[in-house]
Amino acid sequence: MASFQGMKINPKQYHPSQIKFYLFLIPMALFVALPIIFIVSHAFKPTNELFAYPPRFLVRVPTLNNFRDLFTIANQSGIPFTRYLFNSIIVTVLGVSLSVFVTSTAAYSLSKLKFKGKKALFEINNLALMFVPIAVTIPRYLTIMQLGLVDTYFVLVLPLIAMPVGLFLVKQFIDQTPNELIESAKIDGASEMQIFLKIIIPIVSPALATVGILAFQLVWNDVIGSTLYVNDEAMRTLAFYFSTLGARTGNTVAGQGIMAAASLISFLPNIIIFIFLQGKVMNTMAHSGIK
Amino acid sequence: MIKRMNHPAWFFTPYVVLFSTFIIIPVIIAIFLSFTYFNTIQTPTIIGLKNYIELLTRDEVFMQYVLPNTFRFAFIVGPVGYLMSFILAWMLAQVPHKQRTILAIILYSPSMTAGVAMGVIWTVLFSGDATGYLNSILLNIGLVDEPIQFLTSPDYLMTIMIVVSLWGSMGVGFLAMLAGILNIDQSLYEAAYVDGLKNRWQEIFYITIPSMKPQMLFGAVMAVVGTFQVGAIGVQLSGANPTPQYAGQLLVNHIEDFGFIRYLMGYASAISVVLLILIYSISKATWSLFGERD
Repeated sequence: MASFQGMKINPKQYHPSQIKFYLFLIPMALFVALPIIFIVSHAFKPTNELFAYPPRFLVRVPTLNNFRDLFTIANQSGIPFTRYLFNSIIVTVLGVSLSVFVTSTAAYSLSKLKFKGKKALFEINNLALMFVPIAVTIPRYLTIMQLGLVDTYFVLVLPLIAMPVGLFLVKQFIDQTPNELIESAKIDGASEMQIFLKIIIPIVSPALATVGILAFQLVWNDVIGSTLYVNDEAMRTLAFYFSTLGARTGNTVAGQGIMAAASLISFLPNIIIFIFLQGKVMNTMAHSGIK
Repeated sequence: MIKRMNHPAWFFTPYVVLFSTFIIIPVIIAIFLSFTYFNTIQTPTIIGLKNYIELLTRDEVFMQYVLPNTFRFAFIVGPVGYLMSFILAWMLAQVPHKQRTILAIILYSPSMTAGVAMGVIWTVLFSGDATGYLNSILLNIGLVDEPIQFLTSPDYLMTIMIVVSLWGSMGVGFLAMLAGILNIDQSLYEAAYVDGLKNRWQEIFYITIPSMKPQMLFGAVMAVVGTFQVGAIGVQLSGANPTPQYAGQLLVNHIEDFGFIRYLMGYASAISVVLLILIYSISKATWSLFGERD
C-alpha cells in the first residue's frame, strides 16, 4: 500500500494515469457544450432548415439571414439595432469601469486603512454575499422612483455597481500584499490615494480583471433596468431588445433562428473576455476563501 | 488633490452609498412593506402580520406548490451542483495546464449565458411536438410512441428546470474551488502518505478538503445563492406565470406573480422577506456544516 501514488496537482505533462479523468471530463464537457453548439448552429440556419422534419442538430447551409432579420425587426419598430447596441456599449463601459473603481477603493480601505465601523462594514458585506437582487425588485424600483433616476443612463448602471462578491474578492486579494510596501511609500510622502493608484492597482490587477468580468456579465445581460426603470425605448439596451424578440416574432419557428442569433450575440462578448482574462480570474480565485 | 486624499472616507464612501441605496434600503423597505397593504396607487396602510398569516395559513398555492417546489428544486440543484463543481474541479486539477484551461472554459461557459433569448433555445430542444429535438431523438430510437409535452406537462417541467439549472451551475464557486485545489501544497500529500494515508478517499477528506476549506465555503455560499436566483427559469421554459398547474412555480415567481401581475406589493414583499430569510438560514446551515468550529 505504501507504494500508492498520491494525487498529483497540476502535472506538467500528459501521463496515462490521467486517462480516468479524461474519461469523465471530456464527455461532461461535451454534454455541457451541446446547447452552446446548438445556439451557434441554430443561429446560422436558413428558414427551411429551421422547419426541417426530422430536425437536424447541425446547420447544413449556413446563412446570415437570422442576423439580418435581427437588424430589420429592430429598424421596423423605429429604434435601429445600432441604437440598442450603442446603449449597451455605453452602459457596459460605464458600469464596468465604475464597478472596478468603486469596489477596489472600498476593498483597499477595508484591507489596509483604519476607520470606525470597518469590521461592521465587512461583516455586512459578507452577509450581502447571500443577497438575491430579484427579491427586492419592487422596493428597488420604489427607491429609484423617489430618487428621480428614472429615464437616465445612470439608472441602468448604478444599481449594479456595488457588488458584494467583487468587494469580497478584491479585499481578500489586497490582504496578500505586504504592508512594508505601503509603509515605505508613506515614508516617501505619498498619500493613501497615491499609494492606491500607483502601488496597489498594479499588484491587484488580476482581482480587478475578475471584478470587471463579473460586472460585465451583470450589466451586459441586465434586462430589469431597461424594463422597469426606463420608459424611453431609445435608451433601452440590447439585452432588453433581445428579451422582447419572442413577442415581436410571435414565437414562430422562424423567430427561433433569430432568437438563437440574439443569444449568440449576447454570449460571445462574455466568453471572449473570459478566455482572455481567465488566467487572472484563476489567480484571484485562489484568494477567494471565506475565512 | 490626489496628494491630499488620505482619509478612508475617500475610499469607502462611493461603495457605501451605492450599497446602501440599492441593497440595504430596498431590503429595509421590503421588510416595512411586508407589514402593509400596498397596491401601488394608494399609500401603504399598516396591517401588522396579516400578510405573513395569510401567506402561511391561507395561501394554498404557496403551501401546496411554491414552498415544496422551492425546496425540491433547491435541495437537488444546490448540493448536486456543488458536488459536481467539486468533482470536476478536483479532476481538472490533475490534468496539465493547457487541457485544464480548455475544459474549464467549456464547463464555465453555461453560467455566462443568460436572458430570455436563451430560454428559447431550451424551448426548441424540449419542444412538445415531434419537431422538438429531444422528442425527435426519443421517437427515432423508439423510446416513446408519441412526443412528450416536456414543458407544459407538470410531470416533466420540474425535472427539466433542474437539468437546465445544473447545466449552468459551474459558476464562480466552481472556479474558486478549482483555484483552491491548485493552490494546495503538493508536499502535504507526500507527507500524508508517509504518515500512512491509504487511499484516494482518505486523501480527499483528510488533505484536499481541509486545505481548501475557505474556497469550499465560498463555493457553498455561491451555490446557495445561485440556486435561488435562477428561479425564473420555470416561467421562461413554460412561457407562463403561473407555470402549468404551478408545477415549476418557485418563490421568485410567486413574488412576481403578486408584485407585478396582481400589484399586491405588500404581500409580494412578505414573500421576498421569506425568501431572504430562507437563503440566509440555508447559507448559515451550510456554513456550520463546513465551517471551522474552533
